[in-house]
Amino acid sequence: MSETLLEVRDLSVEFRSSRGITRAVQNVSWSVAPGETLAILGESGSGKSVSANAVMGLIDSPPGHITSGTAMYGGRDLLQLSGAQRRGINGKSISMIFQDPLAHLNPVYPVGWQIEETLRIHGVSSGEARKRALELLEQVKLPNARQRLGDYPHQFSGGQRQRIMIAMAVALRPDLLIADEPTTALDVTVQARILDLLKELQRESGMGMVLITHDLGVVAQVADRVVVMKDGQVVEGGAVGDVFRRPAHPYTRKLLSAVPGQEPFRHVEQKPEVLVEAKGLVKEYLLASNPFKVGATPTTRALDDVSFKLHAGETLGIVGESGSGKTTLARTLLRLTQPTAGEIAYKGTNVFSLRGRALREFRRKLQVVFQDPTASLNPRMSIHEIVSEPWAIHAGVLPRAEWRAGVEDLLVQVGLKPEHADRYPHQFSGGQRQRIAIARALALQPEIILCDEAVSALDVSVQAQVIALLKELQKKHGLAYIFIAHDLPLVRDFADRVLVMCKGKLVEEGTTEEIFARPKDPYTVELINASPHPDPERLDRHEIA
Amino acid sequence: MTYYLTKRTLWSAVSLFGLVVFVFFMARLTGSPVDLYLPIDAPESLREDFERIHGFDLPLWQQFVDFLGGLLTFDFGQSLRQGVPALELVLRAMPTTLLLALYSIGLALIVAIVTGALAAWRPNSIFDRIATLLSLLGASLPNFWVAIVGVLIFAVTLRWVPTSGTGSVAQWILPVFVLAIRPAGLLVQVARSSMISALSSAYVKTAQAKGAAPARIIFIHALRNAMLPVITVAGDQAAGIINGAVIVETIFGFPGVGKLLIDSIMFRDFAVVQAGVMVTAVAIFILNFTIDIVYAVLDPRTRGH
Repeated sequence: MSETLLEVRDLSVEFRSSRGITRAVQNVSWSVAPGETLAILGESGSGKSVSANAVMGLIDSPPGHITSGTAMYGGRDLLQLSGAQRRGINGKSISMIFQDPLAHLNPVYPVGWQIEETLRIHGVSSGEARKRALELLEQVKLPNARQRLGDYPHQFSGGQRQRIMIAMAVALRPDLLIADEPTTALDVTVQARILDLLKELQRESGMGMVLITHDLGVVAQVADRVVVMKDGQVVEGGAVGDVFRRPAHPYTRKLLSAVPGQEPFRHVEQKPEVLVEAKGLVKEYLLASNPFKVGATPTTRALDDVSFKLHAGETLGIVGESGSGKTTLARTLLRLTQPTAGEIAYKGTNVFSLRGRALREFRRKLQVVFQDPTASLNPRMSIHEIVSEPWAIHAGVLPRAEWRAGVEDLLVQVGLKPEHADRYPHQFSGGQRQRIAIARALALQPEIILCDEAVSALDVSVQAQVIALLKELQKKHGLAYIFIAHDLPLVRDFADRVLVMCKGKLVEEGTTEEIFARPKDPYTVELINASPHPDPERLDRHEIA
Repeated sequence: MTYYLTKRTLWSAVSLFGLVVFVFFMARLTGSPVDLYLPIDAPESLREDFERIHGFDLPLWQQFVDFLGGLLTFDFGQSLRQGVPALELVLRAMPTTLLLALYSIGLALIVAIVTGALAAWRPNSIFDRIATLLSLLGASLPNFWVAIVGVLIFAVTLRWVPTSGTGSVAQWILPVFVLAIRPAGLLVQVARSSMISALSSAYVKTAQAKGAAPARIIFIHALRNAMLPVITVAGDQAAGIINGAVIVETIFGFPGVGKLLIDSIMFRDFAVVQAGVMVTAVAIFILNFTIDIVYAVLDPRTRGH
């Protein structure tokens, strides 16, 4: 790999606003060779996408300004091109795919049209473009490609949409494909298939690939070389195997050690007391139907005969992909929705028969932490108001005079400072906001906290901190957790027992060790295998493969 | 989509019925037409004759039943003032109003889309600032003032167009422009802001990454997405004109529905008021129906199952 396809050197980009100058990247250098995959690894705010956007000419100016650097491609500096020259390269020689393909596809045009557009912009005739669009959709293995050319983006699943984006990007056989978090919002099994597809296309065409990601597992699985970014600078770079096995920079070491799924299995004595017992839960939703048609209304089963027990003080992990019924189960447990059949008992009493005082008591004992701390904290309320609100609702837990001290105590417990009580949510980082949400959940001294993808939106290193906090609080207060997540390694480290859900059904249940070390159900096996892992042992296997 | 439109139509029929019932009783609260049509010192026998001829002597419920019976055959009764079927009067005035609305909203839309798109391409540019200023001005100017000043300048002083009346094309110019100013001002603002958000959307980034030229990005990718809020507001504005371009119709002597309705209310010409309200409501229902269809054409996500 002596020749270089694209070489970015000493790139600095800053964003100027009335609040000052943000140096997004400083003196960043990287290069990629034909047929090679370079990963740019970094957490949110590290500037990992900025250099790729500069290469594509996608940095809006103002506010963005490229203050130094070059991006040499085919003897030309991409950063110096005119608009017309740039348009001759974009989509043809260098193309890009993004995170969230739903937002990145135009909602009002059929997908076939959008693929044809790439071809037509670069001079392919309409008839030829139509033929190629179909071939491309077949190449990216979209089922029923011929029938689906005229469908619109919202009619596809997340994985299918990313395949369509990929078809669009590789339409003109580019030299280089830049993929910005291409699999971040996707389920693990879908992610594995998309990454396989990218590698396959790369093998066929010999294109270079730049993969921007926060996921060390993805890097290990597909990249040849990696640069690690932090605060706008490259802290380390090299072959993936070298960097992952012998990280030189402390930040890389910290990232690698924060990756979940590396700890020994926990062996916790199960307490006999059963807090929650769900029996034969079924939840059916009516599908939209034509009311003029006679006959049974079609339904879909979001939960199909789900039974399980939650013991006092344990962590019960619930894993599954989107559409598996995890969220419906959470909503049913919280009594936010009524099951079609089955019951949930809390300490022996059916939750759905609770009324008045008893219901309030149940609600107090079961608290919840949601996925998106930005959305679940009211932006107009101070932290004091947010954390003390449960006391306003459940009168009698804490007298008003003690709220201030109570809030401060909770903030200290979750690792924040007492003076944070007077600030507002936007003044905190994502991890801190999730700590606030945990403090709010703790305010009523619950027995159970339901964590619905509670750390999914956080960076790996922050994730590790929040999990450590949850463990510490569990020890201190004897809490039981219901930990709903799609990230298997995380569940592996945190949960005592695991339920695996698929299409509304409970496919497997067992201790964490049973599920991860000796999975029985084929779906569980697929899920575990699909989950990318930055373990050097596995890395070797990948390199051989 | 068909199901949705059918459901809408049925519900609209229910609201239309409620509306005519409401208008029937509200009109009768204004008092008896007798007081207006006969001299104050008319003898009692004459007043009774008048009431008997026009059916005002019957009990209210009887009048109402007769009215409903008439509705089934589209018979709204006779106009007191002009002695012809009320529906005929309204249907004669309606095309003028509808055309007035169509032309002015059409003009406003063209101005708004072009100006809004250009202003959004470079926000805070000189063009954007001027466009924003003018559109704010247009949206805030009262119709009657623009109409009077317009007549003074273009009809009286410059003599480019006639002051009033219908018949020739020239007589339409001033009313259409006057009615278009306010909607155009509002629509420029809506078009500008929805274009700005469309241009900063993720799919525009994709189009740039594909190598699409600016004209393609604006007119093919962003515009169609940005049209949805513009259409909604344009529909509201068109409904406003159909409902009552009264002032403008009066100033220009335009025989539209607004003017007819106001005159009929003044003269307690109940039959014409009822027919006018009904026909206007149907026109607005058709307008909304059309907007739903335009929506479905523009945005496949609204098409449903």
